[in-house]
Amino acid sequence: MSIKAVNLGHTYHPGTPLETCALKNISFEFDRGTWFSVAGHTGSGKSTLAQHLNGLLLPMEGQVWVDGMEVKEKSRSLQEIRRKVGLVFQYPEQQLFAETVYDEIAFAPRNWGVPENEIPQRVNLAMEQAGLEKNCLKRSPFNLSGGEKRKAAIASVLSSVPDYLVLDEPTAGLDSYSRKELTSLLVRLRSEGMGILLVTHDLDIALQFSDSILVLQGGTQVVWKKPQAVLEHLQANPVPGLKLPDIAQLSAALREKGKNVPLTWQWKCLKTALFGEK
Amino acid sequence: MHQKTVCELRDVTYVYPGGASDDSGTPRPALRNVSFSVYEGEWLALLGSNGSGKSTLAKHLNALLVPTQGDCVVHGMSTKEEKNTFLIRSLVAMVFQNPENQIVGTVVEEDTAFGPENQGIPPEEIEARVETALKVTGLIGKRKKPTYTLSGGEKQRLAVAGALAMETPCLVLDEPTAMLDPTGRDDLLTVLGNLHAAGKTIVSITHRLEEILRCDRAVVLHAGEVVWEGSISALFLTNGSFREWGLDTPPLAAFWRDLQSENRIDLPSIPSIPGLVDALCQ
Repeated sequence: MSIKAVNLGHTYHPGTPLETCALKNISFEFDRGTWFSVAGHTGSGKSTLAQHLNGLLLPMEGQVWVDGMEVKEKSRSLQEIRRKVGLVFQYPEQQLFAETVYDEIAFAPRNWGVPENEIPQRVNLAMEQAGLEKNCLKRSPFNLSGGEKRKAAIASVLSSVPDYLVLDEPTAGLDSYSRKELTSLLVRLRSEGMGILLVTHDLDIALQFSDSILVLQGGTQVVWKKPQAVLEHLQANPVPGLKLPDIAQLSAALREKGKNVPLTWQWKCLKTALFGEK
Repeated sequence: MHQKTVCELRDVTYVYPGGASDDSGTPRPALRNVSFSVYEGEWLALLGSNGSGKSTLAKHLNALLVPTQGDCVVHGMSTKEEKNTFLIRSLVAMVFQNPENQIVGTVVEEDTAFGPENQGIPPEEIEARVETALKVTGLIGKRKKPTYTLSGGEKQRLAVAGALAMETPCLVLDEPTAMLDPTGRDDLLTVLGNLHAAGKTIVSITHRLEEILRCDRAVVLHAGEVVWEGSISALFLTNGSFREWGLDTPPLAAFWRDLQSENRIDLPSIPSIPGLVDALCQ
C-alpha cells in the first residue's frame, strides 16, 4: 500500500508563450504509515507535485499510482483515489466555503454518503484531532483567526478518514504551539497507519519528522533520501533558497574550524559532542 | 533615557461586535486592559500565539479599530476623535497579514502609488516615492507587471512598498513573513533592518522568534493581555512561561541559553551564528 510516482512530469500551458515546465522526471514512493516530505524553494514545483497525488492535476509525463491504482483521466478509480488521498491546501481560504465550521467539516463525509446520524461523531472526532476548539462550530470559518482557519481546513479533510494526508505548507501562519500540536497530530496519524506527505520549505520540520525527504529545485529532483543523508547532501551541494537550520549551519561552521562534531540539526546532539554527556 | 513616544495604549479593552464569547454567552474581549508605548526609532516585536490579540492590537495603532474602553494616542492624538484619523494614518502605515487584503491596483506601480495619491501628494513626488519604494523592496523590475502575476512573496513585498511610499515615520507589519520562504523572509528582514537603521519606527507582529533577534524590544500578548515586556535577550532567558504563552525558543537561542547557564560560554546577549562559532572555538 503506497503512493508511487514514476518519471512524473508536468508542463503548464503547453504550446503557448506561457509554457512552463513545472516538474520533470520525478520518481519516489512512500508507504502508508510513513512520513514523506517534499522540500524546496518557492516555485520549485512542490505544490504542483502535491496536486498530482489525488488527481487534481493529471500526469502529462510518467505515472502516479495510489495503492496500485493509476491516476489518469476518465479512470473509474479517480473517485476512489480522491477518497483515499486527502489534500489540505496552502491557503485555507482556497478550501473553506461553508456557512459554519460544522458544515465545513461535515461536507466531505456527507459527500461520500455517510449517514446523517454518523456525521456529528465524524465532525467531533476531526475537530478534536485537528485541535480546534468546540466554540468554533457555529461560527463562520471566515471569522476564525488565521491559525484556527488552518485547523478547520485540516479537520474538514480528516473527517473523510483518508488513507493518505497531503499537506501543502500547513505550518505557515501557525504559532509554534499550534505547529507542535500539528506535528504531533501527524506523528499520531502516521503511527495509526496513515501515509503523510508534507510539502514544506521548513527543513527543520522535514528533518525532524520525516522517514524520507525529496528535495526539488526548479521542477527537478535533487535528492530523495533519509533525513541525515539529505542534510549531508544539502551541506555539500547547497540548493539556493533552501536554508539549512541554524544549528546545522553552526555545526557545519564548527566542523570547518576543525571541531570534532557531527553535522546535525539537533542542539542537544551538538552540545553532547562538544562537552560530553552530563 | 526613553525617546519620544509614537503610540501609546492606555488601558485598552476591545470587544469585537459578534466576536467570540465564553460558555455563558458573555462576549470575550480580544484585548483586556492593554497598556504600553511604542518609542520613536525603535524596532518593537509584538509577540503572541494565534488568537492572542496581536492583529487586533495592531489595528488600534492606526485607528482601524477604536478601543471599547481606554484610549489609544498616536503622536498626541486620540484615535477616538474621528477628525484625527486621516492624520494618524499618514503617520502610521500598516502592512496586513495577507497581502491580498491590501493590493488594490492592477499594475505594480499603480498599486504602490495608491497610498500617496490618497494623501494628496503631488504627482512628480509620487513618482519618485514609488520608484524608491520599489527599489527598496526589490520590485523595480516588475513595476509594469499586473499585480495578479506576482508570486506570494512578491505580493507581500508589494504590500510593504505601498506602505513605504506613504513615507510615514512609523510602520506596523502584521506577520509580514508568514507566506514567505526562508530567502524571502531574510530579504524582507534585511529591508526592515535598513529602514530601522535609517530611523523609522517599526512594529513587527510575529510568533516566529527566529525573526526578532534584531529587534530592540519585545512585548508579549497572551489571551488579550500584555504578559511581558523587555529586551530580546532577556526574553529568551525567561523560558519558564513560553509554553503557556504559546511561544517556542528557537533552537539557536535554546543552545545559547543552555551553554550560558552552565557557564560554558560568556555571551550576555544572544549571538549570531558566527558569534557562537567564535565563542566555541576559543
